[in-house]
Amino acid sequence: MIYLDNSATTQPYPEVLASFQKAAEQYFANPSSIHSLGSEVERLLDRSRKQAASLLHVDPHEVIFTSGGTEGNNMAVKGVALQHQNRGKHLITTSIEHPSVLEAFRALESLGFEVTYIDVDRKGLVDAETVMDAVRPDTILVSVMSVNNELGSIQPVEEIGRKLKSRPKTFFHVDHVQGLGKIDLPMDEWGIDLCTISGHKIHGVKGTGALLVRKHVSLFPLLHGGSQEAEKRAGTENLPGTVAFVKALRILKEEEQQNRDHLWKLRKQLREALSRRSYCVLNSSEDGVSHITNFSIPGLKPEVVIHALGEKGIYISTKSACSSKQPDVSAVLKACNFDYDRTTSALRVSFSSQNTEEDIKQFVDALDEAVRHLQAAMR
Amino acid sequence: MKFDRIMIRYGEMALKGKNKKLFEQKLKYNLTGKLKEFPETTIEKTQGRMYVHLNGEPPRKVMEACQKVFGIHSLSFAVNVDQTEEAMKEAVLLAFRDAEGAQTFKISSKRTDKSFPLPSQEINPMLGGHILRNTDGVTVDVHRPDVEIKVEVRHEGVLVTARDYPGAGGLPAGTTGKSLLMLSGGIDSPVAGYLTMKRGVELEAVHFHSPPYTSERAKQKVIDLAQELAKYGSKVKIHVVPFTAVQQKIHREMPSGYSMTITRRMMMRISEKIAEQRGILSMTTGESLGQVASQTMESMNTINEVTNYPVIRPLAAMDKLEIIDISRKIGTYDISIRPFEDCCTVFVPKAPKTKPTRANANYYESNTDFSEDLEKAVRESYTIEVDAQGSTDQHEDAFDDLL
Repeated sequence: MIYLDNSATTQPYPEVLASFQKAAEQYFANPSSIHSLGSEVERLLDRSRKQAASLLHVDPHEVIFTSGGTEGNNMAVKGVALQHQNRGKHLITTSIEHPSVLEAFRALESLGFEVTYIDVDRKGLVDAETVMDAVRPDTILVSVMSVNNELGSIQPVEEIGRKLKSRPKTFFHVDHVQGLGKIDLPMDEWGIDLCTISGHKIHGVKGTGALLVRKHVSLFPLLHGGSQEAEKRAGTENLPGTVAFVKALRILKEEEQQNRDHLWKLRKQLREALSRRSYCVLNSSEDGVSHITNFSIPGLKPEVVIHALGEKGIYISTKSACSSKQPDVSAVLKACNFDYDRTTSALRVSFSSQNTEEDIKQFVDALDEAVRHLQAAMR
Repeated sequence: MKFDRIMIRYGEMALKGKNKKLFEQKLKYNLTGKLKEFPETTIEKTQGRMYVHLNGEPPRKVMEACQKVFGIHSLSFAVNVDQTEEAMKEAVLLAFRDAEGAQTFKISSKRTDKSFPLPSQEINPMLGGHILRNTDGVTVDVHRPDVEIKVEVRHEGVLVTARDYPGAGGLPAGTTGKSLLMLSGGIDSPVAGYLTMKRGVELEAVHFHSPPYTSERAKQKVIDLAQELAKYGSKVKIHVVPFTAVQQKIHREMPSGYSMTITRRMMMRISEKIAEQRGILSMTTGESLGQVASQTMESMNTINEVTNYPVIRPLAAMDKLEIIDISRKIGTYDISIRPFEDCCTVFVPKAPKTKPTRANANYYESNTDFSEDLEKAVRESYTIEVDAQGSTDQHEDAFDDLL
């Protein structure tokens, strides 16, 4: 099997699963229970939070464990909007956000908020100046992803964040689900108030993640109930998931530099191979993130290519898994103003550090063969 | 361009002639411990100052860490650049932007490398002009600027220093001996510990634990508090005293109006014994005059009778609100308000005497022999060592494995 759909999800590390299982078996008590079993689990949760905080360079009470990216994004967007609506009801985001951000904003529109969606250029990038021009006195939130999930374009969140620093009452949220481990995001220096991350994109388990919320930010909770997670997210804590997530974070940070170098090598290899092929056109720009390469094979339906590769045990994807049940056109590619042929034939290859150069070679060979067969059949 | 170092100035310390060297060494040692979580940082000691070289570690986080170390008067970000106009301009702009919200500035340059072609009077307007061109509504004010940016042209490059951040003040922890802090878990005692540490004192703590009346979580609270305190110095040893038997005996045999006073006297006696064993010359408490029944002048007089060790009471003359302010600032407040009983709240009598006398206390105590119980409590006390990262207690290793 050659798995090249790591932007959709990753395979959990064996160490992560071992931690999950051990935590689930041995530390099953409710951390809110008074007895000593409970207090031990509470300490483990506490330790997990501290370790996550130290790996992510924030304070422990700025880490809110969530069920993943979708929850983190919803919590940030709706939580800020609902909590601070008396200060203003204008929100800003981009047209290429993940559906968990976009749909949260659309839902807020139905509640009477006004949302400005910033368009992107042909590289899939928003322009920081354009974002700043859209800021009004009643703007309470700006939300921009760090790395686009389909194209891998790296958004100018540093520039936007630094500029927004002069407006302390406009909060800045960054969906960092695709960027975690791939690019650094110093929240403090860049003026980022909220940051969403997810466990299963970094070889953790599903249903885990965190929203990092700086001290000065108050949120309207999505989930009301007990006082867990500093009263920002009620519900019995997912301790085994959290332990597994923090373990994955640790492995990620320990191997970060080495993995980054490796991913850049793979990316270079793939881009070189694809650019030599006349049947395809690269959609991801040169300066995108290391692990995502998006390209189109105009004239071929992406589903067909994916199935053809799947028969050989090679797994890639079309657009983001969360959007792929929608009709053919990729909204992100469309937002880049690519023509129809290109927006309806996009494929995404996304690496993890576990992929090898041999994987890439086999993938390209298999792609050649599949395209040859499919194009022959169409004549 | 990024800042590559933090400049550290020590105020009061610099005055202390002969001790200076010891103090500098201690400060460097404490800083090193403090910066362990930023492994790339290095510390350079020069004439009258220190530099923390960041080597890629996050500047703000390192700054925040340094701001917690006693003995530092003020700190600034700085960057060393080449002797080129371009680099110097970029550096002063970086330095200006560090002072968020500043509307006026001043550039003070000094030229120790006289081979540098421009004299100071010309460096200032050249660099100041660059800031003015790249900002809106900012002006120069040489008399009372919001921020003063220092530029030092040296042989090894140009050092540009940004705004001042306040340090924690005080003296480096460990330069004025040790004290035994009576650490309960409430709001006051950690603040008392903090203020004592600020004067260069190294702490050990004593905690009275009364299971099952007090839970493991109450003990954990104390460990967490000690961990916060450890961030301002180095390690904190907590001596946990099993106190249940003593408390039960007091409750059983002493008149209820005096049980609180006598409990405190027992705690003082035990603490003094531990201090004596550990070679510690004083005790520190979070008592604040008039705050509760045990802290009236009469109570203090009666409780203090049992020891002739110095008892440091940094909070004696402070208001509760001032104390709470400090506890928030030093990060102990949220831990202190966790709702777990400590040994002082469990056996609290309905109507404690607010004006106890030494004579009465001695009379009641003379009816019962506590000496064996006190010795047993001291003998069975055990030590937990806590540093800024965590404690040596319990199953931390199992957790390490999991995480």
